[in-house]
Amino acid sequence: MSLKRNILDLRKRKQEVQLGGGEKAIEKQVAMGKKTARERIMSILDEDSFHEYDLFVEHTARDFDMDKKVLHGDGVIIGTGTIYNQPVCIYAQDFTVAGGSLGLMHARKITKIMDHALKMRVPLIGINDSGGARIQEGVNSLAGYGEIFYRNTKASGVIPQISVILGPCAGGAVYSPALTDFVFVVENISKMFITGPSVIKTVLGEEISMEELGGARVHSEITGNAHFFAESEDQCFDQIKSLISFIPWNNTQKARKFPPQEPTSSLNVEEIVPSDPRRPYDIRDIIRAVSDSSEFLEIMENFARNIVIGFGRIKGETVGFVANQPKYLAGVLDCDSSDKAARFIRYCDSFNIPIVTLEDMPGYLPGVDQEHAGVIRHGAKLLYAYSEATVPKITVILRKAYGGGYIAMNSRHLGADFVFAWPTAEIAVMGPEGAANIVFRKEIAEAENPDEVRKQKIEEYKEKFANPFVAAAKGYIDEVIEPAETRARLIHSLSLSDNKVDARPAKKHGIPPF
Amino acid sequence: MEESTPKYQTFVVNSAKYKTLYTKKFETRKKWERPNPFEIRSYIPGTVLKMCVKTGQEVKEGECLLILEAMKMENKIEMPFDGKIKEIHVEEGVKIPKDVIMVTIE
Repeated sequence: MSLKRNILDLRKRKQEVQLGGGEKAIEKQVAMGKKTARERIMSILDEDSFHEYDLFVEHTARDFDMDKKVLHGDGVIIGTGTIYNQPVCIYAQDFTVAGGSLGLMHARKITKIMDHALKMRVPLIGINDSGGARIQEGVNSLAGYGEIFYRNTKASGVIPQISVILGPCAGGAVYSPALTDFVFVVENISKMFITGPSVIKTVLGEEISMEELGGARVHSEITGNAHFFAESEDQCFDQIKSLISFIPWNNTQKARKFPPQEPTSSLNVEEIVPSDPRRPYDIRDIIRAVSDSSEFLEIMENFARNIVIGFGRIKGETVGFVANQPKYLAGVLDCDSSDKAARFIRYCDSFNIPIVTLEDMPGYLPGVDQEHAGVIRHGAKLLYAYSEATVPKITVILRKAYGGGYIAMNSRHLGADFVFAWPTAEIAVMGPEGAANIVFRKEIAEAENPDEVRKQKIEEYKEKFANPFVAAAKGYIDEVIEPAETRARLIHSLSLSDNKVDARPAKKHGIPPF
Repeated sequence: MEESTPKYQTFVVNSAKYKTLYTKKFETRKKWERPNPFEIRSYIPGTVLKMCVKTGQEVKEGECLLILEAMKMENKIEMPFDGKIKEIHVEEGVKIPKDVIMVTIE
């Protein structure tokens, strides 16, 4: 009898606390086009798999009459559940409770689930929807953020960390997502910035809306802070599940193997790749043509479009693709594209994902803005990431591989395990046009009709050097292959690399050009 | 979604002309201009707290031109070399963005 009463009491308590900020606050949340924190967790996890921790935690603030306030769960929901029947840890800030503001106990709940995820070696998913630090709790809020950042860093490269921005994420709060592996944003809902529009207006007199300052599009296209852009929360949750299917649960495992599938699009190179190396095409068509089911999950699709990164599968095994994109900026390397690719390469290396590099690029982007933006420093990240990576590294050179870019794009010289080139590959110190202008400067200048001689010299250079055979003669590439053989070579290379051993000298850590 | 027949632009790298699309960021990039030493520009957005000079005044290197308050700091803007104030473009109390010409000197 008494047990039954206790159980009823427990249920009543749970029900009350699980309402978060109450009906009215929930109505407001829904009116903003947002799901509640609890709905979000349920949408991401397998059905009925969520186990909540710390439901009854209460805040400890005493100043500013806070002792009279009840904040259910202290504005954050934490717990465990499964995705594809595999365990994950998750937290979701609850905007209906004091605007999801972060106080001491709120932060303790988050760090508790982070510690749990790291100890159990399972992925951590964090859903951010918070007005920021709880000012009434003063320096305790700051301490809370710091403790979260510390754990993000400690877990980096050990367990996958995914941040989902489903509301405001402002001030110090932005740095937790920034330290994690993948950041998801949703149009009109996500807002990330260090200082908001009102502060910017009062201090600097610049007027800008939240969306223009730090909306989902801004972070997907301009800043590169976000990795996945969605138009709705539901689309965002699908993207998370799709990503999770490609990555391993921790850094000691390999990604889950899927049953091998043939690509659905056939690799009809004559149709996709123009033979004139100056004409564009979409490199993603080639990626799909060599991937199982022609499935490709692109990451940072709208940022630095001149390089394409993302996951696909070959014979059921996850691979990370890094590919120059001739469709945008001729596929040049620049600050943003180097930065984008380098971080992805390090992700793949941390989580045992082989890297397939598809190369077709004319070199580095010329310009004062690039030089002054530090293209040396950013470009070096790419060299560092490729050289450092010990996972299987395969390169296929499709057309242009000129100059410094040739070295940077996982060349043999940076430790590539397999380098293939199509017969259309041009591996040279620079493009024929530029090279002819330098090598034959005198002949061209002294000729009676310089344009004619220049043309002739360009052709000469093309004939001699704009091909894969000069590099092949030195063993810098392993094999010149027919384009239609590409997938077969990738399959072979991957199976050969299954037990790859490649050690680096023991060190605490390197010093990459951050 | 992308348009089906994109309008490719010409893009030159090492004398070779490529057909490709520009990114928004590339199109909106700022063109570099050689800084003009006779223009004193705001290096940080802020408020002009006080003007220390008048038009036509002779000023020695290192002397105060104006005080620009930004990020709760009062920044003294100094004369870069001996010269004369040609024109003052701001007045006390105004808020200015970054990179605005505050004073022209000669």
